[in-house]
Amino acid sequence: MFDLERWEEIFETIRKNKLRTFLTGLSVASGIFILVVLLGIGEGMRNGIAQEFERDAANIMYVYTGVTSKEYKGLNPGRRIQMKNEDFNYTAVKYQDDLEYRSSIYRIWNGIVNFGKESGSYRVEGVYPDYQFLENSGMVEGRFVNFKDHQNFEKVVVVGDKVRNDLFKDKKDPIGEYVQISGVNFKVIGVFTDPGGEREESRVFMPLSTAQRVFGGGNNIANMAFTLEPAENFEAALAASTRFSEAIENQLKETHTIAPDDESAISINNSLENAKRFFDLMDMIKFFFWGVGICTIIAGIVGVSNIMLIIVKERTREIGIRKALGAEPLSIVGMVLHESIFVTAIAGFIGLIASLLLLEFVGPLIETQYISNPSVNFNVALTTVFILVLAGAIAGFFPAWRAARIRPIVALRDE
Amino acid sequence: MIEIKDLHKSYKMGSNSLHVLKGINFSVAEGELVSIMGSSGSGKSTLLNILGMLDEADGGSYTLDGVPIKNLNEKIAARYRNKFLGFIFQSFNLISYKNALDNVALPLYYQGIKRGERIDKAMSYLEKVGLADWAGHLPNELSGGQKQRVAIARALASDPKVLLADEPTGALDSKTSYEVMNLIQEINDEGRTILVVTHEPDIAAMTKRIVNLKDGRIIQDTPVNQVRALQNV
Repeated sequence: MFDLERWEEIFETIRKNKLRTFLTGLSVASGIFILVVLLGIGEGMRNGIAQEFERDAANIMYVYTGVTSKEYKGLNPGRRIQMKNEDFNYTAVKYQDDLEYRSSIYRIWNGIVNFGKESGSYRVEGVYPDYQFLENSGMVEGRFVNFKDHQNFEKVVVVGDKVRNDLFKDKKDPIGEYVQISGVNFKVIGVFTDPGGEREESRVFMPLSTAQRVFGGGNNIANMAFTLEPAENFEAALAASTRFSEAIENQLKETHTIAPDDESAISINNSLENAKRFFDLMDMIKFFFWGVGICTIIAGIVGVSNIMLIIVKERTREIGIRKALGAEPLSIVGMVLHESIFVTAIAGFIGLIASLLLLEFVGPLIETQYISNPSVNFNVALTTVFILVLAGAIAGFFPAWRAARIRPIVALRDE
Repeated sequence: MIEIKDLHKSYKMGSNSLHVLKGINFSVAEGELVSIMGSSGSGKSTLLNILGMLDEADGGSYTLDGVPIKNLNEKIAARYRNKFLGFIFQSFNLISYKNALDNVALPLYYQGIKRGERIDKAMSYLEKVGLADWAGHLPNELSGGQKQRVAIARALASDPKVLLADEPTGALDSKTSYEVMNLIQEINDEGRTILVVTHEPDIAAMTKRIVNLKDGRIIQDTPVNQVRALQNV
């Protein structure tokens, strides 16, 4: 392998047979290229979906109620379940050591918001201060509602960036302005932005207590949202949140007299479970891409073996001459293999570098919703190149071995 | 130098068996220049291939320079070919993508000689056949006579005991043929043993001994008065 004479011989052969070398190289390089680009896109999809989950806190659990579907303890099915402040307070106190953020939500229907001549229909909700973190919102200006607003029933609102753009077209600074919601004046104290984009930014938040009092909500709440304290890893977090959501569900079913097996009355949207489903899907996609990539590589290997067969056929006479001049069978095998390994290795690296460059420079330009920052693990790519080279060598060995076994007299007669 | 006794060879052609060599007894001393003649199908090329270890006999014995040649595996055959034999073919059999010099140097590569030495040696053989100026040319840039001379230089490069020439002038016009034969005679004058297979009587007359083959048997084996090729050029 490190025989300098052999290398000289190989280089000469390669130099004098450029087309043959190019064709062998092309099939290898394109195989690697396609594999790496596929893996990159797979990774990009994974990143893209991960980003989708950044819209809300990744581990948020969202509790909402519906209508009972089962008769229980003499109560008819079809009852609408209404959660109360007590439900939230009970949970918040009982699990206060486990919870990271907590908020209940009171939703105001027909939330028409006016400012001057401008008006729009937005989702208007009363929330607790923690809700900012549950929604993963960031403040552009001013502040979010705080505990004091809540205690004092302050008529203040925080608006999304889109609401600000809609209503305060000319005025760049909405802080301190008053908007009307259903004819009641509210002071704007902040503007928030949300990674979820425009849909999430066309919302308006006010203190929960204010919302309940002004809009006649009594102590009704529409939803509850929680996150748990961060766990060591995804599995632990998933287990904890599953436990927690089951506990809440049972507790709510007990307080509201719902059959334990009633599926429709209480729903808990556990985004970790959703995330797990998505990541499972992503793993499937990843396996799929690997499958396609490996098939591509197999096609590449078949291509290489095919070309090797042709090369050996084409060189039969030359091999005969070499044998007549005293080449041993092993040196013939070595010559053919050495050349094929060298060519596949170089071509493999060219394909690898080309695809990495493509991912590096074109990758960041791809910004669709589901693909972001396509990239590939360099070690994985390198491993595939080595596998290809190895496989190419194995595939090349048999024709080479056969060639070496052809009797020189037969090989010399070959035209 | 060469001793063969009762050599047999047959080829299978489908269900038939073609008996090509039917008991050849024949010996060549060192320094001889022997031509093997015969019509096509007489077995002369087969005999040469067996002598060149490119093919194996079915029966009989073959001794080359005191070494019995039998039951060779490919590896040892290759080594013997490299050490004992130089081949000259009718169709030259130069490697098309190597220039004249590298073609001549190839047997030396298989002897494990280092590149620098290889090139020097190959160059001296090219000079010997008068083609030093053509060292960098590819075979397809050379005339037939030049190609054959490159092939002769290559056959000589490994300093073999015996040169085996299979119709060395078969693809050449008569003037070029005589030039090539002149070269072969000069090499023989230096004491090298040479076997030439030919079916042309004028070429055979330029050797020192003619062995006539017919239907796989030697029918005539006579020394001749050598005609110097130079007279005809």
